[in-house]
Amino acid sequence: MTNLSKQSDYKYREIRNLLENWLQDRLDKDTFKWIQETAENLANQPEDWELYTSFSGVPQHTGKNVLEFSDEEMDQAESLRKNWKPVEWAADQLGRVYLLLNFAENGKSEFLEKIEKIFVTSDLGEAVALYKGLALYPFPEEFKNRAAEGVRSNMTTVFNAVAHYNPYPSEYLDEEAWNQIVLKALFVESALYKIVGLDGRANKTLAKMLVEYAHERWSAGREVSPELWRPVGPFLDEEYSDDIKKVLDHPDKIQKYSALLALMSSDYSGKDELIDKHKNLVNEIKDQNLTWDDIGKEFEEKDS
Amino acid sequence: MSDDDMMFIDPHVHMISRTTDDYNAMRKAGVKAVIEPAFWVGQPRTNSGTMLDYFSWIVGWERFRASQFGIQHYCTIGLNAKEANNEALAEEAMDLIPRYAGKESVVAIGEIGYDDMTKLEEKYFIEQVQLAKKMDMLVLVHTPHRNKKEGTIRSMDICEAHGMDPSKVIIDHNNEETVKAVLDRGYWTAFTIYPGTKMGNERMVDIVKEYGTERIFIDSAADWGHSDPLGVPKTAKLMLERGISKEDVKKVTYQNALDAYGQSGRFNEEDWLNRPPIDQSQTFSGNTVLRGGHRPLTEEELDNPDEDDLIIE
Repeated sequence: MTNLSKQSDYKYREIRNLLENWLQDRLDKDTFKWIQETAENLANQPEDWELYTSFSGVPQHTGKNVLEFSDEEMDQAESLRKNWKPVEWAADQLGRVYLLLNFAENGKSEFLEKIEKIFVTSDLGEAVALYKGLALYPFPEEFKNRAAEGVRSNMTTVFNAVAHYNPYPSEYLDEEAWNQIVLKALFVESALYKIVGLDGRANKTLAKMLVEYAHERWSAGREVSPELWRPVGPFLDEEYSDDIKKVLDHPDKIQKYSALLALMSSDYSGKDELIDKHKNLVNEIKDQNLTWDDIGKEFEEKDS
Repeated sequence: MSDDDMMFIDPHVHMISRTTDDYNAMRKAGVKAVIEPAFWVGQPRTNSGTMLDYFSWIVGWERFRASQFGIQHYCTIGLNAKEANNEALAEEAMDLIPRYAGKESVVAIGEIGYDDMTKLEEKYFIEQVQLAKKMDMLVLVHTPHRNKKEGTIRSMDICEAHGMDPSKVIIDHNNEETVKAVLDRGYWTAFTIYPGTKMGNERMVDIVKEYGTERIFIDSAADWGHSDPLGVPKTAKLMLERGISKEDVKKVTYQNALDAYGQSGRFNEEDWLNRPPIDQSQTFSGNTVLRGGHRPLTEEELDNPDEDDLIIE
């Protein structure tokens, strides 16, 4: 675990100000005025219904366009909140999280009580915004159960809000909950390369679960995502040698690449022999500077 | 089903009781959008927690499920008349309603009104009409199965006594006995094509021939009972066959419902006209929409399943 929780506690006001600047640059004057005034109201002990209706009403004002951010803005984000970048954020989501960060001015118990109430009654769009904001709220330690609940959601959009471009899970979830994110992402055909901290939190138990999941897919005559081998790589050993050979023999190049990348990241004693056998492909990987992210992106495009 | 280019709205249907096959059939028949009024679920609720979960269900999971099959899902939120008779439940449910009423897919307060016409039913009907007025929302009124005419008149009296403009109220489940009074007082006048207990669609054809199409529209109210989620498109076809103009059919199966609920500002044609083709493996707002575990289907495959194929993959 990291000590980011404290950092985030102190910086949520700066993050709020950053979101405010971004909204100002992207919304028309009247809409920005509405959201800024609403935020001020929510920061000063609003009535319950004012909180609920303001939060629900955001998309009717802001629309739902996915926002673009410059490299400089991405860096600003990371400087205030390590490992966080506003990728795949829509205007209404940014607006909703901005309102909640203002509401946090009413103190810890009020903030936690009301945000839980909002979670409980959230509709699809609200749930997505709430989970995307996990990394930005003050008192992040308090949201572990919530994050795990989001991972259990049957709605892929909600699951992705927790899993993708969100540093919260890798920093706060225990191994069991973390492993569920990775396994479930594969199950719902959601990309792994968008999961923040994927490599850092690879573990032996997860590797075993993933290989068993691959066996299950193969038995059913179904394909396995090449990304599955990414967190398996560092734990490859003799036990999985037949599996990785099977992937090396797959007709699709992207699968072969994934097996080789997994081998290259492993300490498996038999890896040199297998790598040598596929020298041409290894050279292609080196020439093209192929990374796991490229494999993930290519598979995502091919799959859709 | 009907002419290929016809679009339909089913402005009253309880999709939580229906299967994915129904969603498929509805989309293939031209249904673009549905409205799911909050109602009782057959088994009476015994505490407000199940009411909360139900409201969350119809603004959340059901809306998502519909989107996977290319149908835009909206709802109304309210305490139904039957369960208004459980006072302890009703009191707590009334506190929940404002937490849901402002959500983006909630197009009205409803369905509310009378069932047995008890004092408690009237109390919560009035409170909800007042809430709708305060929140500047539309009202969907359920008219009772028994003593329908009196219940309908009294419902309209209550709406007016509490300042609702009839143009902001939809009176549903009308029949030959109520239609004139409801139209005359300026309300949206909805009919439910529901076998056995409500309207049959041949009778509906006659009503349109007699009363025209202004402020009249139809729905299926399909639920867990013997009902038909294709009530709207089937009736459209019957109307065309029996000589009602396509323009008039469009009014009662699409346009009038759109005009009525469009007043909420949350029920917009663009939502379904600009829908990307379904490809369950595709991304939707940057996210994949499919719940996992099986091969994603494209819209073409969903539209043209091979009925004789015995293979389940």
